[in-house]
Amino acid sequence: MDTHFAQRRRRDLIVAACLAVIAALVPLFVKDVYIQNIMVLTLMYAALSQSWNILSGYCGQISLGHALYFGLGAYTTALLFTKFGVLPWFGMLAGGAISAVIAMALGYPCFRLRGHYFVIATIVIAEIALLLIQNWDWAGAALGIDIPVRGDSWLKFQFTRSKLPYFYFALALACIAWLVTWWLEDSKWGYWWRAVKDNPDAAESLGVVVFNSKMGAAAVSAFLVAVGGSFYAQFVSYIDPESVMGFQFSLLMALPAVLGGIGTLWGPVLGAVILIPLTELTRSFVGGSGRGVDLIVYGALIVAISLALPKGLVSVFGMLSGRKGAAR
Amino acid sequence: MTAPLLETRGVWQRFGGLVANSDVSISVGRGEIVGLIGPNGAGKSTLFNLIAGVLPPTQGSIMFDGEDVTMLPAAERCQRGVGRTFQVVKSFETMTVIDNVIVGALIRNTKMRIARQKAYEVLEFCGLAARADKLAADLVPSEKRRLEVARALATEPKLLLLDEVLTGLTPVEAQTGVDLVRKVRATGVTVLMVEHVMEIVMPLVDRAIVLNLGKVLVEGKPTEVVRNPEVISAYLGDRHAVGA
Repeated sequence: MDTHFAQRRRRDLIVAACLAVIAALVPLFVKDVYIQNIMVLTLMYAALSQSWNILSGYCGQISLGHALYFGLGAYTTALLFTKFGVLPWFGMLAGGAISAVIAMALGYPCFRLRGHYFVIATIVIAEIALLLIQNWDWAGAALGIDIPVRGDSWLKFQFTRSKLPYFYFALALACIAWLVTWWLEDSKWGYWWRAVKDNPDAAESLGVVVFNSKMGAAAVSAFLVAVGGSFYAQFVSYIDPESVMGFQFSLLMALPAVLGGIGTLWGPVLGAVILIPLTELTRSFVGGSGRGVDLIVYGALIVAISLALPKGLVSVFGMLSGRKGAAR
Repeated sequence: MTAPLLETRGVWQRFGGLVANSDVSISVGRGEIVGLIGPNGAGKSTLFNLIAGVLPPTQGSIMFDGEDVTMLPAAERCQRGVGRTFQVVKSFETMTVIDNVIVGALIRNTKMRIARQKAYEVLEFCGLAARADKLAADLVPSEKRRLEVARALATEPKLLLLDEVLTGLTPVEAQTGVDLVRKVRATGVTVLMVEHVMEIVMPLVDRAIVLNLGKVLVEGKPTEVVRNPEVISAYLGDRHAVGA
């Protein structure tokens, strides 16, 4: 009786493996640095949005303050490297761990809030963190941190001549975030989170400790987002508070998942693949005119999709195969 | 008789100036089906929530399976063997029927494959197996009621609290519900049910406890309870009680 379910899980895994292989081959044919740059960003946002989706999509705790964890990852890595010479790989793990701890510390008071109040709290906390970093002299304050170039190496995770290593790391990150979600989906936590999202009272009556479930989701989500932030710091090699902790990052993490299908396995990937190239392309082709045409196009698309497909783009696949699309 | 499975000792619940339960002491023995009845506003749902652990009582204590559970939260009581349904159904609407039940099964089974297997068995027991892969949101109301029961049963409760699971159903659906409750008891689960529909509940329960104005009015065999003048007056007013 569970063959249908097991088949679907296996099919998801096979599709993901195929997509990863195809994505890995793309740079062999696409040599344009500008396009490669967009691909790196797309993969990074796919990973970030997938991580955001764990807390906000599966567990239903909508956060618009995930820029905080992104920034924490970026700053931890950059500071450890520039001040103490700690390799970015360790910085990445440290950033992830610090973010996970902070996510739980913040969750402790905030998870008592429901609905809009929780969302507002996440925005406010991220803005406070931004102000703190902007005024923290040791961390470069508003000027930020220039990560010194010490030559191309995987050990220091720096590459100046080619974007390809960043591309493959971003691809690996997207795959990891997807796999973590895939694995969590059929785990105790995955079921608890969805139960908490749909009806916390009923969940509690079935033995789910709602508060702890939210804390778990927050920790996993923050950890992965911070790793993405660490990557971004290495990728751009210069960070300042606004460029890694600004509110736009919180939005850019949420939008792909919302567009593709919030609380679904494929939503964030699909959303990122459409949204991020669109953002970049509209900016370079119709932006810069001073009339904000790129933002109009961008906004119109989001409005159109959310009106036509409130469950996200993945619901199209459900309709095509004749199933109810909402389950995934 | 051995110690009761559930016992409330002098339980009070006040909401501001409103006294929802005053000095309620009831007990439910192992293997019993007990009906908790009473007119609207009698404090049935409040007592129910106190037993399920939604909120602690203002005063008094609640004993379950020989232990004091008064201050334990709902999730912990579920762990100890209290399962419940909700009067207003609270399905996990975006999840499939079987996934709804898996959430309940996970408290006793950590392996996903076994939890899924267990959930499917419970669905078969409740006559919902054919609906397993449907979204909970797509069920008709009577099926949603049964899903509530299935979900609670998946937690392998010792005591099942049913909150008006038979209310608002067609006679055929209600009869199916009654059969299900009997089947549940046959597996050794104790049942405490809140109900409005007297003619359905009375043949089903071993014992009825009547609440009125937050207090226990009468308790006893269903046939005795329905003839009790105090009960008739609580339900229908004094005029009818005189004739009884």
